[in-house]
Amino acid sequence: MDIVLHKDEPSAGERDAVDAVLGPPDSRWVGALTTSDRDRRVARGGHAARAERHLLLPVLHAVQSRAGWISPGALNYICQRLTIPPAEAYGVATFYALFSLEPQPPVVAHICTDIACMAGGAKQLCGDLEARIGTKGGQHGSNGDGPGEDPIWLESPCLGMCEMAPVAMVTMAGEEPREVSLGHADADDIATLLAGGDIPPPIAPKVPQAGDPGLRLLRRVGLVDPSSVDSYRAHGGYEALRAAFDMGEQGVLREVGDAKLLGRGGAAFPTARKWEVVAAHPTRPHYLICNADESEPGTFKDRLLLEQDPFCVIEAMTIAGFATGCEQGYLYLRGEYPLAWERLVGAVTEARARGFLGQDILGRGINFDIELRKGAGAYICGEETALLNSIEGYRGEPRNKPPFPVEHGLFDKPTVMNNVETLVNVPGIVLDGGQAYARIGTGDSAGTRLFCLSGRVERPGLYEVPFGVTLREVLDMAGGVIDGRPLRAILLGGAAGRFVTPHELDVEMSFEATREAGASMGSGVVMVVDDTVDLPAILMRIAAFFRDESCGKCTPCRVGTVRQEEALARLINGHPRDTREQEFALLDEITASMRDSSICGLGQTAADAIESALRKLDVFETGGQR
Amino acid sequence: MILLWGSNAREAHPIFFHHMLKAIHAGAHMFVVDPRRTTSAQWADTWLGLNVGSDIALANAMAREIVHAGLHNREFIARGTEGFEAYVAALEPYTLERGEQLSGIPADVIKDVAHTYARAERAQICWTLGITEHHNAVDNVLALINLALLTGHVGRYGSGLNPLRGQNNVQGGGDMGAIPNRLPGFQDLETDPEAVAKFERVWDTKLEPHYGLHMTEMFEAMERGDLTTLFVLGENPVQSDADAHHVKKLLGDLEHFVVQDIFLTATAQMADVVLPASASWAEAEGTVTNSERRVQRCRKALDPPGQARDDTRILVDLAARLGHEWHYESSEEIWNELRSLAPNHAGMSYRRLEELGGIQWPCFDEETLEPTFLHGRLWEQPLEGPPAMFHVVEDDPPVDELTKEFPLRLTTGRRLDSFNTGVQTGGYNSPLRRPEELELSTTDAAELGVTDGDRVRITSRNGEVVAPVRVDHGLRPGLAFMTLHFPDEVETNVLTINNTDPKSGTAEFKATAIRVEPLAPGEPVDASDAADPATHVAQPR
Repeated sequence: MDIVLHKDEPSAGERDAVDAVLGPPDSRWVGALTTSDRDRRVARGGHAARAERHLLLPVLHAVQSRAGWISPGALNYICQRLTIPPAEAYGVATFYALFSLEPQPPVVAHICTDIACMAGGAKQLCGDLEARIGTKGGQHGSNGDGPGEDPIWLESPCLGMCEMAPVAMVTMAGEEPREVSLGHADADDIATLLAGGDIPPPIAPKVPQAGDPGLRLLRRVGLVDPSSVDSYRAHGGYEALRAAFDMGEQGVLREVGDAKLLGRGGAAFPTARKWEVVAAHPTRPHYLICNADESEPGTFKDRLLLEQDPFCVIEAMTIAGFATGCEQGYLYLRGEYPLAWERLVGAVTEARARGFLGQDILGRGINFDIELRKGAGAYICGEETALLNSIEGYRGEPRNKPPFPVEHGLFDKPTVMNNVETLVNVPGIVLDGGQAYARIGTGDSAGTRLFCLSGRVERPGLYEVPFGVTLREVLDMAGGVIDGRPLRAILLGGAAGRFVTPHELDVEMSFEATREAGASMGSGVVMVVDDTVDLPAILMRIAAFFRDESCGKCTPCRVGTVRQEEALARLINGHPRDTREQEFALLDEITASMRDSSICGLGQTAADAIESALRKLDVFETGGQR
Repeated sequence: MILLWGSNAREAHPIFFHHMLKAIHAGAHMFVVDPRRTTSAQWADTWLGLNVGSDIALANAMAREIVHAGLHNREFIARGTEGFEAYVAALEPYTLERGEQLSGIPADVIKDVAHTYARAERAQICWTLGITEHHNAVDNVLALINLALLTGHVGRYGSGLNPLRGQNNVQGGGDMGAIPNRLPGFQDLETDPEAVAKFERVWDTKLEPHYGLHMTEMFEAMERGDLTTLFVLGENPVQSDADAHHVKKLLGDLEHFVVQDIFLTATAQMADVVLPASASWAEAEGTVTNSERRVQRCRKALDPPGQARDDTRILVDLAARLGHEWHYESSEEIWNELRSLAPNHAGMSYRRLEELGGIQWPCFDEETLEPTFLHGRLWEQPLEGPPAMFHVVEDDPPVDELTKEFPLRLTTGRRLDSFNTGVQTGGYNSPLRRPEELELSTTDAAELGVTDGDRVRITSRNGEVVAPVRVDHGLRPGLAFMTLHFPDEVETNVLTINNTDPKSGTAEFKATAIRVEPLAPGEPVDASDAADPATHVAQPR
């Protein structure tokens, strides 16, 4: 490779962090501190070294959590180890919000200021923090120094714990790095933690239906010990895997097809269609990916499933891998879920130790294993092709489609990728049969659906209902609007979804009915907005979110998200350029451009929520829409 | 699999290397054999840092390993080659251990490269001056040819032997007969009387059926006083040849010396007559032939500046003054004469060259195209033409021995942004450009107590120069490196010794024994070796 390195050296700690992931360097050419006689005669590299590129993201994590930031010396060493040109590694490292390429203190509190937390007191929390520990980002010295060693706090996009708003995540770098999420966070708790106080125990899962025998996806939540495979088995775990092995690959494909299972990540693509293409593809190996990069603001369903029933996700992945001829699976978890990560690491380790992962599973000659990968703060990585790039060690930018991942996916091999909730449906389908499953719900939307209720609702949390119930029924399950206040709107489907009005509460919750109503269930977000919520501020937050998370690869999205935010700001500030009508016309044009010509779903939906609000809600309280 | 041997193609053949990178990205494995871990070697799956001049030892050890592991291609050897038994017998002493001892490459690595090469479905050996700028250049090449014959990696699509040419039209020069022993189309001047008669008919003159002198022999003839008149076209031997002092003296002693060039080179400055020529690119009509033997049209877009003239016109006028009236209306007419005389170019009409965007030779008629690779005949049964010969070659270390007095091995090479003596590249700015430096290993620099930028005196058995030091962590102790790009700053070729291969006439630029001494502060630099700042600034190069 044409690698030109500058002279910065890694610290001993950074070196250790990298070596802990990659093993010690085997020659001077890849950064060993001493030169052996052999080094003077031989250097290995080329394909073998470049094949390690997928370890870039784990290595960056290792350095970030060791040192609190990624120094030029550390990045240099990483480049040497993996033969990556420094400019490329820099491009990857700077892509992710959780990596800092500037000096940063080891302890950082990330305060969620996204839509649900904004409706739940985040502004107040930030104000309190400012009074307690200082301004956002810390005090920079007058000579341009970094913020020093004292803990700082930063604003963050949605941390995926909307049922416990306001929330925070604290990262503590060091030899034994720790990360912790805080629900119902207040400034006192955060300040105590930043000062070195004990980590509080996690808040009990907000699953009001827990224990209801009618549940399918949430049936073990609150009952099973998420750290014990035995507890999982005692609650019916691994029965489905046995049944799957008994019915064979074709049998599983048939049942999933009969079940008419549609993807729950937001796109509602028939799961069986993906599986069949990969299963039949002659190119080997095949890969399975569980997309747990749940980053849609307002969404927390996958997090709760992974935290409360991790073995179920592992079993479902094993069944999917078996049916599609994959021996290697990846689970890509978003970086802001420390508890889910901890429980997954434990579950995968135990499953492996107990023969539920690895070689010859259940003594049936079937091999399947799972590698866990952690994102680092990039909404776009939930897009499937961006996620592939992220695993491979590149910037998490989406690829052009076609080709689709089922044919040219991870490492250019046929790849099945499913959302966590989609996979968690699979064991039930295998046990009950696809046809029985298809009878649940509506004709085109089979099964049950998880809804993430947050915002100004009486009992926020995760709810499971069969497709076909109305939005009003879902809202009622959660006790309606908080304190019986008047409902102003519901954001359905997250930042990439649309607002619905109080008049539209009787829309049936199914893929077909929401589509017809011009809405989208998306990832199952039901965020309630009442008359106390600053709606324009929520819209500005959504616009800022997309501007910040746009990866910049394609022009319509890169430019459109900026122009959208600017136009919206002018409208909200009451200083439209020319007339309000012209601003609306401009927004319409931006919306159309992004929707028609962005290469991935981020840009295609980046205007949906704002557009729906401006059309349907009296955002500016002028007594009419727009 | 690509075995890149004695070549830093990444820097010296950057366009060709892009094609190699395409293959590498498509999955090809590359092994690089080079004393230095060059930028090419950084792309390799394995770099083998052999001792300078131990190529034959390495190749023979690989060959012996291939034979002992039973990986040689028995069918091909039986069908298309001769001399296998004698070759194998001669290989026997080259065990892996001896290979390691002579070349410095660990035995397991020699074994690995041998097995990978022999087992590869398709394998190419590409080489350049690291093979040929040695006193035993031809033997080095034969050692590589032996490997290809042994494994059948020749005469098949994707396999073969690939000497990378140094300039865009070096191949074309040879093809057109600008070599001492052949007429255009590689027809032998001494052994092919029919061909000679054909040329005599068309050219209406009598040809001397004797081989001419190659360049090294010409300098020997000058030394003896047998050669007193010299016509140099597009060469800069004053700066590009080994033992620069000696070359200058011989050229200065000539009775008549003519240079035809597009630049006033250091050589041209010594000439009695300088004939300013046109650049073949953009200022002249004709053809060029690249490394893969592809003949391509080049077209005139500009008139040459000032008094510069098309090379053909200069030569035609010169012929007229010498009593030969040549009549050519166009470059196409010259080309068609060539096609009528050189059967391997017969099918390449201008029209067809344009249509196909170039044609590789051989091309015998206007209807057909031959395979893109040569030597396919060796696979045919029965074999037509002579079999390919194995040649017994033996390890023969560099002539310029390392001793206490001259303990370091200096090897020379190129950098990406400069070309040879800088005549054509020195006039352009480059962000990569570095002045001439003596690159030393960390260890040697530390022992000498010098660091980046310190000026040192470099002495060989042949001469001495002064240059700044640059410490290169990639060099192993005992090895030093310089280029020849900046002869006006540091005349590297004052150091190199004129040990030439009797078979090819190439000098051993790659292996000079030197001694390095730090300059004392304020120590004057010997005027004869120093750069002349005035000429450096004034000339376009």
